[in-house]
Amino acid sequence: MYKVRLWCIKRSRLLETVYLVTKPAIVLGLNAAKKVFGRFLDRPVIVVERSIKGFLFDCQMCGDCVLSKTGMSCPMNCPKNIRNGPCGGVRENGMCEVKPDMLCVWVGAWDGASRMKDGGGIGNLQPALDHRSKGTSSWLKLTEKRSGDE
Amino acid sequence: MNKNVIEMDRDIIDPTAPLPKLEGHVSHTRFERVLRAGQFAVTTEIAPPDSADPAEVVRRADLFSGVVDAINATDGSGANCHMSSLGVCAILTKNGYSPIIQMSCRDRNRIAIQGDVLGAAAIGVGSVLCLSGDDVSVGDHPEAKPVFDLDSISLIKTIKTMRDKGQFLSGRKLDKPPSQFIGSTINPFAPPLKNRVDQLAKKIDAGAEFIQTQYCFDIEMLQSFMTQAVDKGLTERAFILVGTGPLASARTARWLRKNIPGIHIPDAIVDRLEGAENPRLEGRKICIELMARIKEIEGVKGVHVMAYKQEIHVKSIILESKVLGDRQPWARSNPKVFRN
Ligand code: SF4
Repeated sequence: MYKVRLWCIKRSRLLETVYLVTKPAIVLGLNAAKKVFGRFLDRPVIVVERSIKGFLFDCQMCGDCVLSKTGMSCPMNCPKNIRNGPCGGVRENGMCEVKPDMLCVWVGAWDGASRMKDGGGIGNLQPALDHRSKGTSSWLKLTEKRSGDE
Repeated sequence: MNKNVIEMDRDIIDPTAPLPKLEGHVSHTRFERVLRAGQFAVTTEIAPPDSADPAEVVRRADLFSGVVDAINATDGSGANCHMSSLGVCAILTKNGYSPIIQMSCRDRNRIAIQGDVLGAAAIGVGSVLCLSGDDVSVGDHPEAKPVFDLDSISLIKTIKTMRDKGQFLSGRKLDKPPSQFIGSTINPFAPPLKNRVDQLAKKIDAGAEFIQTQYCFDIEMLQSFMTQAVDKGLTERAFILVGTGPLASARTARWLRKNIPGIHIPDAIVDRLEGAENPRLEGRKICIELMARIKEIEGVKGVHVMAYKQEIHVKSIILESKVLGDRQPWARSNPKVFRN
């Protein structure tokens, strides 16, 4: 939901803390559940992830979540799917050039990042998206990463 | 026989023969040579015709002969369909011009784009400008499928990978990598203003070596942006060319402001056009004044003149602004001027 999405950008610091605090527990829990349920875990996790992140961020389930690096503003809501934004067309009032009623996703992203403890991550170059990941769970992906990956 | 005569002959016989690549250069282009030699560069853009006639491209390019160092070939700008930038660049190269091929992410995925990068390099196009591109909704085919597989930054990175690592994004090796001077755009006049310089840094980190900005009508804003860029050392890492162009009337200015997102025109300029007896002339005068002032700003390495539907005035605007000093860029009609 658009309003919730804006609220999340304003609370980027809080959400970052929630993410950092709960991440180890979620990864542990998912790892344990994976041992029991194996691949059967995918579907329910995707459903839960989609509902929660969909509600909060209008998440599009790109499968390679970068919210913690983009000020809690989901880049897949940018009509040009820009993952290193913004484009040059942002309106003077900060709204999107393509959707005049929507705050530019990247104006939101830089704003959100400015409040985060680790907001500097927005300066990282995001590689081109692997479109095969669409619809898969970024949470499950976290369990595959070794600690040195991030 | 002295060397100049040989050079001259080659210019007449084959203006398309690539210049040798100099030490420390990434491409063979005159454009890169001018910038790396520390000269103030001037570029412009050509409006690709709605036509399959190559003569029309040459006719349009000849308007700029002898006053610019490179010509941008736009890639479906404004999301309107025209001759492809690759086609335009092939014709320009064949006629000795130094083109900059614009590549937008709107219409092609990474497979098509990388293919075009190789194709462009193969026909001698040595400069490439990476853009995200206008959305299809603003153009003449709003029903088209927008692609946006890459964004401008991942596109820069892609071309840099091809050039410097000699491989496709997939990792597959290239037999002969392209050698292109990589550029991109920045809009210092659109929100988020305080992060535009961070965005510039990202583009340079990705591999951009030259930058052409959106139209500048506001010197103070440009000044503040450039100060930040200089402070961060960015002007040492990439050549920044500032966009400029003549406005035809107060009405055009208002229309641009309202309909073309990302164009910022201060009221003072609109008022000046409004009050002028001959608005077209006044528009050119404003542009000329701005160019002279832009040249004085620290860190600016050139100007990029965009004069849509006013191309016939580009030559006089550039000459009157005196930004070239006493330098004369290569001219097609005058083989005595060398391609240096
Ligand atoms: S204005 Fe912002 S949200 Fe809209 S297309 Fe550009 S970067 Fe994306």
